[in-house]
Amino acid sequence: MTAKVVTIASGKGGVGKTTSVANIAVALASRGEKVACIDGDIGLRNLDVILGLENRIVYDLVDVIEGRCRLRQAMIRDKRLPELYLIPAAQTRDKTAVSPSDMVRLCDELRQEVDWIIIDSPAGIERGFKNAIAAADRVLVMTNPEVSAVRDADRVIGILDAEEKGPAALVINRIDPVIVKRGDMLSVEDVLDLLAVELIGIVPEDENVIVASNRGQPLALDGKSKAGQAFQNIARRLMGEKVPFMELESNNIFHRLLGRK
Amino acid sequence: MAWLFRPKKSANSAKERLQLVLIHDRTDLTPAALESLKDDLIETISRYIEIDPTAVTINIAHDGRSQRLVADIPLRSGGRRRGR
Repeated sequence: MTAKVVTIASGKGGVGKTTSVANIAVALASRGEKVACIDGDIGLRNLDVILGLENRIVYDLVDVIEGRCRLRQAMIRDKRLPELYLIPAAQTRDKTAVSPSDMVRLCDELRQEVDWIIIDSPAGIERGFKNAIAAADRVLVMTNPEVSAVRDADRVIGILDAEEKGPAALVINRIDPVIVKRGDMLSVEDVLDLLAVELIGIVPEDENVIVASNRGQPLALDGKSKAGQAFQNIARRLMGEKVPFMELESNNIFHRLLGRK
Repeated sequence: MAWLFRPKKSANSAKERLQLVLIHDRTDLTPAALESLKDDLIETISRYIEIDPTAVTINIAHDGRSQRLVADIPLRSGGRRRGR
């Protein structure tokens, strides 16, 4: 096996990177792929709680890098899916505990074990981000339809080009079609015009995301929610399938009668 | 009639503001630096050929993610427009 390494970055914090990593990993694993996700946010780990695996951590990324355990021992297996693993971040260390070459070495070893390595980058464009993209074959840049997130995404896309990690693929998260229609939210087209990169996913605003994070049960596990479907679609596109982008402005009478937008 | 007086849709403001911000973020060129570049350009070109300094425009145009500096420098032909 030789895994593809996909990093999810954004520049700005709070746009949904960790949620996306969890859901894309779950979606890939639910399609029979063997997936390891790595929490790159050392000192501020969160991927474990989003995946609901926080009680099972024994070793972490820094333990592997500093030789206190073998790679296999730090891979927490998700019991809901046969082939999903998490390598958690260290919580009591900081970004300087890991270097970009450490990440390359770790991923080279991990590549032999799985089909996909999905890395959750911390916010910012400093060391943690540099670590997260060091081994990446592909980088997904995540943004929200708002000025600060789009601006930061543009910076990240520029840095990825400069570091020859481009071209980035864009995920636009938390689009609310009702507000877009009213003219008070940047549309997908607006964001694409501004950033001029390839689009790989549109994730609608969905309150199920909060419910899922409360429970530690990623949305993509059931696949009924709109956001869950959107993450499944991203996974399929990563796997090389051509999947049309979800129609967000549903005027379907049945949906309206059911109170869905 | 109230709609006539409604301010511009906020998404349009966001897009217009971002367009300007991103140009400067990408090129690391402030509007002030661009102005000073324009002055230098006018000075240099004027040493070789007569131009109308007030009509010179310089802008950053973009095609996808690549940017280019576009200068429009009208030449003064003969002495015809001297009187202007």
